[in-house]
Amino acid sequence: MALLSMQNISKTFPGVKALDRVNLDVQKGEIHAVVGENGAGKSTLMKVLSGVYPHGQYDGEIVFEGEPARFSGISDSEKQGIIIIHQELALVPQLSIAENIFLGNECARKGVIDWRKTNQRTEELLAKVGLSEPPTTKVDSIGVGKQQLVEIAKALSKDVKLLILDEPTAALQENDSRKLLDLMLELKAQGVTSIIISHKLNEVRYVADSVTVIRDGMTVSKLDAKAGLSEDEIVRDMVGRDMTHRFPEHSRTPGDVLMEVADWSVWHPEHSERRVIKNASFNVRAGEVVGIAGLMGSGRTELAMSIFGRSYGRNITGSVKLKGQPIDVSTVDRAISAGISYVTEDRKALGLVLDETIRFNTTLANLDGVSSGPILKRNEETRVAERYREALAIRTPSVFQKTVNLSGGNQQKVVLAKWLFTAPEVLILDEPTRGIDVGAKYEIYTIINDLAAQGKGVVMISSEMPELLGMCDRIYVMNEGALVGELAAGDASQERIMSLIVNE
Amino acid sequence: MELADDTNATPVVKTKGIGEYISSHLRQYGLLFALIAVMAFFEVVTDGTLLRAVNITNLLLQNSYIIIMALGMLIVIVSGNIDLSVGSVMGFIGALAAVMIVNYDQSPYLTMIVCLAIGGLIGAAQGYWVAYWKIPSFIVTLAGMLVFRGLSLWLLEGQSVGPFPKEFQIIATGFVPDLFPAGIGAALADLFGARKVNVLALATGIAAAALVVWIGLRQRAQNKAYGIEDEPTSFFVVRNVIIAAALIFVMFKLSLFRGLPNVLITMGILTIIYAFITETTTVGRRIYALGGNQKAAKLSGIKTERLTFLAFTNMGVLAAAAGLVFAARLNTATPKAGFALELDVIAAVFIGGASMSGGVGTIIGAVVGAFLMGVLNNGMSIMGIGIDYQQMIKGLVLLAAVIFDVYNKNKQG
Ligand SMILES: Nc1ncnc2c1ncn2[C@@H]1O[C@H](COP(=O)(O)OP(=O)(O)OP(=O)(O)O)[C@@H](O)[C@H]1O
Ligand SMILES: [Mg+2]
Repeated sequence: MALLSMQNISKTFPGVKALDRVNLDVQKGEIHAVVGENGAGKSTLMKVLSGVYPHGQYDGEIVFEGEPARFSGISDSEKQGIIIIHQELALVPQLSIAENIFLGNECARKGVIDWRKTNQRTEELLAKVGLSEPPTTKVDSIGVGKQQLVEIAKALSKDVKLLILDEPTAALQENDSRKLLDLMLELKAQGVTSIIISHKLNEVRYVADSVTVIRDGMTVSKLDAKAGLSEDEIVRDMVGRDMTHRFPEHSRTPGDVLMEVADWSVWHPEHSERRVIKNASFNVRAGEVVGIAGLMGSGRTELAMSIFGRSYGRNITGSVKLKGQPIDVSTVDRAISAGISYVTEDRKALGLVLDETIRFNTTLANLDGVSSGPILKRNEETRVAERYREALAIRTPSVFQKTVNLSGGNQQKVVLAKWLFTAPEVLILDEPTRGIDVGAKYEIYTIINDLAAQGKGVVMISSEMPELLGMCDRIYVMNEGALVGELAAGDASQERIMSLIVNE
Repeated sequence: MELADDTNATPVVKTKGIGEYISSHLRQYGLLFALIAVMAFFEVVTDGTLLRAVNITNLLLQNSYIIIMALGMLIVIVSGNIDLSVGSVMGFIGALAAVMIVNYDQSPYLTMIVCLAIGGLIGAAQGYWVAYWKIPSFIVTLAGMLVFRGLSLWLLEGQSVGPFPKEFQIIATGFVPDLFPAGIGAALADLFGARKVNVLALATGIAAAALVVWIGLRQRAQNKAYGIEDEPTSFFVVRNVIIAAALIFVMFKLSLFRGLPNVLITMGILTIIYAFITETTTVGRRIYALGGNQKAAKLSGIKTERLTFLAFTNMGVLAAAAGLVFAARLNTATPKAGFALELDVIAAVFIGGASMSGGVGTIIGAVVGAFLMGVLNNGMSIMGIGIDYQQMIKGLVLLAAVIFDVYNKNKQG
């Protein structure tokens, strides 16, 4: 029996038809994957389902448990047992795990919270999701992977019939992802139906019983995954053509050392006795793509940000040389004009001015490139933004769209465009393909290759090992703030990288 | 850099209907129409007093210092801060000017320069704590508000100081002499059946109207060239006709009275300068980025601290300018001058569409917002409505404007 049937769902935003008569059928007790390119409409569809866009703001019919459902808000759909965990986590970082789980749903008597019961129930829920933190732990002191599990525990605290996970593993390390997926399978065994959205197709294959593919706001196919499904089949439906390679061809012959970082040490901004980066030394050659592998929290982002204008940490020591000359990277604008750019992993908080347009964001780090003296040449700006929109295939009706309205993947492309426009000698990319679809990944890899072909240096921080292995000429391995190994492309493998991490 | 041009995937742009256009630009139109509606209302209920030449002149003088400060406040608010001290700073500078000119016989010109400089220093001193020490601007300027209120009391020893010499008074109450030959004025006066006509005022009005239309047309042509969706033609025409007609009308009225007030020129020039800075310069752009997302702005190489510091320094200079105008208009400095005025200034900026969280707002919006408040004040005073009701009504207007904003934003989702 179909638990959920969404029929002919259409949803229009000013200038964008996000959903065009989409159909989605989910059977009771299955795990159903929804896949599609960035901006295909996946998140929008889930927002329609969960009442974020209430009845009346979309066309079409939702049937849940055989009854037509017309939700007027999230609390409405939650009452029916539909719980959504959004692409962006919605936990309050300053509150404890227990407080977060029962936020808005407190175990209270006459307005007074019963902490014993709260903590006890939290412990039960945490046990269910396989988390052993004490309930009073503050959420911001646990990693993203665990936070994701807390979100699920929170969902389980309500009477959940249909659990929706929008890109739950985008920010997770492989083993954390695996834990989460196994949890989904376990919940399935207990009778919980789930919908998962993901760009990681191996994970889709691992958990999904059936797959709905959406392209340009339309359902293009419904695939049965029980009998086994190849990634290529999914990809073909997603992008509308065969994609034989995941990584573009490249042949590189790295030249001289372009950037050299020596003895780089960084102390924690608040706990001044904690050394976050320990004597890191590495280099990038001209025309080379260098990867930095490591677990979450190993200090990769901190290393990159401390180099980029001391944007992280204090008491920074060490030297940075570009083409043999020491350069001043003590502020962000100096680092940029020295030729270094850094693409953040956190596009919403650190990458974009969300309320502004694509054009505004594209030129923000290089306003001098679109102005004469202090005066902005706005037509030139438009031209630049258009150029990058085309080059990066940013899906949007115009460059005057606010970035907040873009899908996650397209936001990432805007951040990338912004930094490409600074024309850096060395581009440091921090998780550049997080939340990006296969087709767009390929485009981004192509851009990276182009940069290398022009003799630029690229440093790529990534938690996706296949990506590092497929793109890099050399891979550094980082663990607990130190670079613990260096592997040439030919010698590198997932196992060797892991063993370097574990051995230290 | 070279970029591959191998894409085919971009969704089609759909042309919006007129209804959709209005709903996405409701704010700008709403403000304009609110101003027109309020003016029309008071024009009727005051039996035409509101738009008499004397009263228009009065309206401009009464609101000049609010508008001057609203320009600076807009920038402070867009940058994500607030300045509660402007009323006090304005009062303090007026007091300083009075003491210098009246008690110490200094030249008015020297006094003005010193006052503007001290205003800048005051702004810089507050901005320093906000920008480099990251102390919330609300607190720093709340302290400033108390300090400078106290300082003006101390400086004036609780007395009113005045009057000012003529050279000083004219910055507020003077009029620009008619530069055109008297013959033209006389001829026009015959034509309109008026006693006299100030040709300069009329010419300025026509020129300003032409400028507005020209800028609008140019922008439109550019938008078209870049395929940017634009206002429907009918809207563009109606809006421009209204604005142009209003400008010419007001200037015509002024030309029948004493011509262009000096403060109008000051105000007009400052408004144009600040509109230009915020809209078309890199500094302006950076201020919006700073208010929109400080961390992202910083990581884009923007010197966020220095910008915040400058925003407050600028505010200080403008508060000083307002203080001079205010003192000159009243022809005396009193310890109460500028009391609670910061609230009017801040209200004007928010009515003009700025957002409390920063990154949003326009100079033109702030100026129109200030005028809207000004017309309300003026109209209600003419009607003889008590100060009690006036306060309540102004408060409700502010609330309505902000609710309107929030509602609009939610609707656009
Ligand atoms: N509030 C909004 N206003 C305007 N357009 C919107 C809004 N929300 C989404 N869109 C547009 O709707 C389309 C679908 O967006 P959606 O977020 O559903 O994509 P997605 O499939 O989840 O993509 P991703 O994989 O990148 O997360 C996109 O073109 C997006 O720009
Ligand atoms: Mg999405």
